[in-house]
Amino acid sequence: MKLNCNIDVHHVTRVEGHGNIRISIQDGELKEAKWEIVETPRFFEAFLVGKKWDNAPWICGRICGICSIGHTLASIRAVENAFGMQPTDQTRKLRLLLKHMETLQSHVLHLYFLAAPDFAGTGSVFPLIESAPDVIARAARIKLLANDACDCIGGRRMHPTRTVVGGFTMLPAKKDLAGLRDRLSGIMGDLEKTAELFKSFSIPDFTRETEYVSLKGSGSYPFIGGDLISSDGVQKSEARYKEMTNEYVVEQSTSKWSRLSRKSFAVGALARFNNNFEFLQPAAKELSLGLGLKPVSHNPYMNNIAQLVESVHVVAESTLIIDELLDSEFSETRQPVVPKEGMGVGAVEVPRGILYHCYEFNETGNITRCDCVIPTSQNHANIQHDLEELVSQYAVRRMKDSDIDLLAQMLIRAYDPCISCSVH
Amino acid sequence: MTGSTPKPKTYLGVPVSRPRVAFFELSSCEGCQLQIVNNEATLLEFLSLVHVVNFREAMTEKSDDYEIAFVEGSVTRRDEIELLRRIRDQAKVLVAFGSCACFGGVNQLKNRFDPGWVKREVYGDAPVETDRAQPVEDFVSADLRIYGCPVRKEEVERVVTDIVIGKEIHYPKYPVCMECKANENICLFDLGEPCMGPITRAGCDAWCPNNRAGCWGCRGPADAANLSEMKKLMKERGFSDEILLDRLECFGGFGKHVDEYRKGQR
Ligand code: SF4
Ligand code: SF4
Ligand code: SF4
Repeated sequence: MKLNCNIDVHHVTRVEGHGNIRISIQDGELKEAKWEIVETPRFFEAFLVGKKWDNAPWICGRICGICSIGHTLASIRAVENAFGMQPTDQTRKLRLLLKHMETLQSHVLHLYFLAAPDFAGTGSVFPLIESAPDVIARAARIKLLANDACDCIGGRRMHPTRTVVGGFTMLPAKKDLAGLRDRLSGIMGDLEKTAELFKSFSIPDFTRETEYVSLKGSGSYPFIGGDLISSDGVQKSEARYKEMTNEYVVEQSTSKWSRLSRKSFAVGALARFNNNFEFLQPAAKELSLGLGLKPVSHNPYMNNIAQLVESVHVVAESTLIIDELLDSEFSETRQPVVPKEGMGVGAVEVPRGILYHCYEFNETGNITRCDCVIPTSQNHANIQHDLEELVSQYAVRRMKDSDIDLLAQMLIRAYDPCISCSVH
Repeated sequence: MTGSTPKPKTYLGVPVSRPRVAFFELSSCEGCQLQIVNNEATLLEFLSLVHVVNFREAMTEKSDDYEIAFVEGSVTRRDEIELLRRIRDQAKVLVAFGSCACFGGVNQLKNRFDPGWVKREVYGDAPVETDRAQPVEDFVSADLRIYGCPVRKEEVERVVTDIVIGKEIHYPKYPVCMECKANENICLFDLGEPCMGPITRAGCDAWCPNNRAGCWGCRGPADAANLSEMKKLMKERGFSDEILLDRLECFGGFGKHVDEYRKGQR
């Protein structure tokens, strides 16, 4: 065991939001290895109370700039479930397509701009603009496509404008969808190159047995609604999400923590991958095996690779969705909304894991209670336990402080935490 | 400042070539910052114009030596006031970046409630520190505001370019309706939907109405916003007080109009 080690990272960088790492080993004894969340809460769950139903998706999207589309869709689903509405097939397809493009955008942002600099030995992506311009151009190309697609379907890449309870305010033009389809086919080569890049990185070798929670696929890899499962065998309906999340308040964090069968669990790309591998598109399955990722993987750093696999999956599936949309006549864009008293839950797989919105309404459709459970808050406890295990394992190997520091930060980044979202 | 242009002397200290730029966030969704990274098509050009020295969301290196500070988010906790004062001391140009910073943003919706209740509703009896959500200029002066939730990237780039070349910054004084009509949209009111376009400051190119969605006033009031005309219009088209009030108070820009409105309702 190393005799002494003191690491204090005040605000981990290249993550969304504010969190600190504190590690201390004294006289060969691990004193602490702590993941602290110091983000200021904004109290969405309180200030939504009293507001009419149509405020919910519009305001709740503002919980997070990175996954605003996912929040908006979870919010819409919760309202529709409360009012007993079923989206049309066309609306379902367009929402899934929009969701896929946000997933692609977010995963590529994380892989290239937030995670890759650690492997390249730089503090940010900016030096790579000069040293590896083709790599950056590739990242920008994929992101641009995904963002353009979000503009085309959701009206705006961040805080979408067209997505409403009942459907869409406006539909994309078929010729734009066709153009999108061509660009999607063209981007597969860029994703393959991305895979080559990540294959050249050495992913830290670390595992800790973990429970993984996600939506349960039925017929396809799940993103919007359905049952909830865990790799330890728990299964619940969407409406009973609280039994899956079990949130509680801890002192070291302004974000709540969660637990299920063990002292913590993980959500996110790796959890989805582990629980639903069979439903991935063939190209994505093939890529994962080529990158040495097989279910069930208990290495949290592999979340990066799972994001890459999902990027291929969403591109492959999006081209299929667009084909179906192009083959069908567009019908009504939007169903009428009739508010009613009751409660509704919306569970959506956003880039960082499963997200729940739940609202209770009175008879005029005003919110009386609101609850949002964020993927990153479900992950915080797991990050904490991974961190402890990581530090003990590496301290035994007498690693340098600076190496432990880097591995700890890389661990946090591998989860791609969205901290302001987790505090909301 | 009062929403007008800063005096030219505020940029005199800023070297015209590649100013050192820093980004900071208070309580926010970080979406306004992300708008910069999200602009792949022109990001590289933008980066050639400025020297980014502090951008926690994207880089590990940090420096306290900067000339232009973009401050996103509203103030909701004491430590944020201290951070804000430090930024003000250092920056030659402090930009209130986005509607959270300019008006309090959606965060200020919590100011409708008793603070004790707000905390209990979310955290139960666990202690948590939070104050009212307030705009940046309640604590320090800002040289510039960039409105919007989110900010519009084209506008950010234009403003930055103007600072760099020392041009005066202009905000549109007219309402969103002008841009909307120039875009030849069908008016939302004619589609049976409410819209805040008549009283909201333009500059977003009628982002929401272009997508057949009503404006919610995220950019705050236009220079000559006429609330009583707006009230009349909403009433004529059959929209309740609640619908107008929800939009007036959503982003904080119409704070004084909301107070007026509430007084009028009593
Ligand atoms: S103004 Fe809107 S987009 Fe910008 S940080 Fe605030 S909530 Fe996010
Ligand atoms: S849609 Fe809104 S912004 Fe456009 S003209 Fe009508 S009221 Fe004005
Ligand atoms: S149309 Fe209104 S709500 Fe939409 S971006 Fe412009 S000012 Fe904001």
